[in-house]
Amino acid sequence: MIDYSTVLNQRIQAVPPSAIRKFFDILEEMPDAISLGIGEPDFVTPWHIRNAGIRSLEKGRTKYTPNRGLSELRRQISFYMNRRFHLSYDPMSQIIVTVGGSEGLDLALRCCIEPGDEVIIPTPSFVCYGPLTSMSLGTPVFVETKAENEFRLTAEELKAAITPKTKALVLPYPCNPTGGIMERSDLEAIAEVLESRNILVISDEIYAELTYGDEHHVSIAEIPGMYERTIVVNGFSKAYSMTGWRMGYLCGPRELVSQIIKLHQYGIMSAPTMSQYAAIEAMQYGDEDIAAMREEYDGRRRFLLDGFRSIGLECFEPKGAFYMFPSIQSTGMDSDTFCTKFLEAEHVAVIPGSAFGPGGEGFFRACYAASIHDLSTALERMEHFIKHR
Amino acid sequence: MEQLLRLIEADCTLTHKQLAAMTGASEEKVDAEVKRLEENGTIVGYKAVVDWDKTEREAVTALIEVKVEPQLGDGFDRVAERIYQYEEVESCYLMSGDFDMTVIISGRTLREVANFVTQKLSTIDAVQSTATHFILKKYKENHLIFNKEKEKEEGFCFV
Repeated sequence: MIDYSTVLNQRIQAVPPSAIRKFFDILEEMPDAISLGIGEPDFVTPWHIRNAGIRSLEKGRTKYTPNRGLSELRRQISFYMNRRFHLSYDPMSQIIVTVGGSEGLDLALRCCIEPGDEVIIPTPSFVCYGPLTSMSLGTPVFVETKAENEFRLTAEELKAAITPKTKALVLPYPCNPTGGIMERSDLEAIAEVLESRNILVISDEIYAELTYGDEHHVSIAEIPGMYERTIVVNGFSKAYSMTGWRMGYLCGPRELVSQIIKLHQYGIMSAPTMSQYAAIEAMQYGDEDIAAMREEYDGRRRFLLDGFRSIGLECFEPKGAFYMFPSIQSTGMDSDTFCTKFLEAEHVAVIPGSAFGPGGEGFFRACYAASIHDLSTALERMEHFIKHR
Repeated sequence: MEQLLRLIEADCTLTHKQLAAMTGASEEKVDAEVKRLEENGTIVGYKAVVDWDKTEREAVTALIEVKVEPQLGDGFDRVAERIYQYEEVESCYLMSGDFDMTVIISGRTLREVANFVTQKLSTIDAVQSTATHFILKKYKENHLIFNKEKEKEEGFCFV
């Protein structure tokens, strides 16, 4: 008989199974449950974008595209990076269209990590960075960001984590699950630490379009000295509500992209053709869709923040993405217990902060990409739970 | 104010407390603003969109194109008034193009609609001609899609 434990490598076996699967298993059995658990826009992709995908099928565009992606799409991405972030990327040599932002992260990490290299990962943050690093025999170095700093990464925290083995910094802002952002001055402080060192920045900017208030997202690649060391990973999922199309992109210095493309062309060939045509439409004519969705999220964000605070949960004001990360320290429960009991008693799913790495304990993540009525009901149930637990 | 109106237009069941939180205004401010908009007629009313096909009730809706001779002094307004006063008129619009007014009416039966056209609408002096189109199926009204399919997928994708 085959021994699977020896055919599978040790690294994949060491990756723990999803800590939150149990919540979704319980949810399946609860028809009246409200889920604020999944981090996904609740809007369907705008019709004109879907239609562009349909048109591409009607026209029989069912073949591979160039490895890097359709040249028109890369041109549009180049325009976009320029108009939104004042960044200049050559469509022919500095942009790769990827299968979601996730592939971009995987490519970037795999192409830079040597065994034993350390990758600095601010947490709480999305769960993929650590396992992707470990799979490449790198060592994830988690840096706990703090609620009192609105979960920003500070220059001091970064400095303290750097060793001679540090290869890269992952910068996950706007942040899932905290909703934290990094403003220009925060990034400048990070840049000051990095500029004299041989460290790469992998900037996960998938939520770049979802920031609230007067300040737009700033890419670290815009900060003087950072362009040459930054790989920007972005995509269409969150901005245009296109999660299922699996459309992302990676931009960076020519020297890096010319190497990274090799891994993409052998592992993926090219991103889905139909999705690429839809993505062209999104970039050309989707600005208003982004604005409308952002306004909608912003209303829900204010509503939920107001609600959490009025039932006595401490919560900093998240200025990005579509998550809220309230503290449950006042309840005396750990986050897994809190979320499990809350789901069982009140039929509302939120995700324990502990699922998002060091620093997440004592918080939960609620996604407000849900209808205002669901958010309202969830709040009432949360209030009931906190009073009667 | 525009944001408040957009929110209410999309969903008038939002409470003032919700509206206040969503717009960042105080609840008192929303109370006052909504009252003002109701009183000055900007907010005309609040209604539910009902799919009567889901019920036992028989209902027929027709869209009627009406050609009208404008009246001296009043233009079309007086004729419109004479048309829209009828209970069964759901909507009434002045149009550009080949005909002058669109009248949407709903009745319980075909006969009710026919009676309206022949006995009420056509007998108005200024009405020159009518063309009645029956609505066979409603797909979408006021941005709301009828018979929206709900799909449930097993399993989840953790993001």
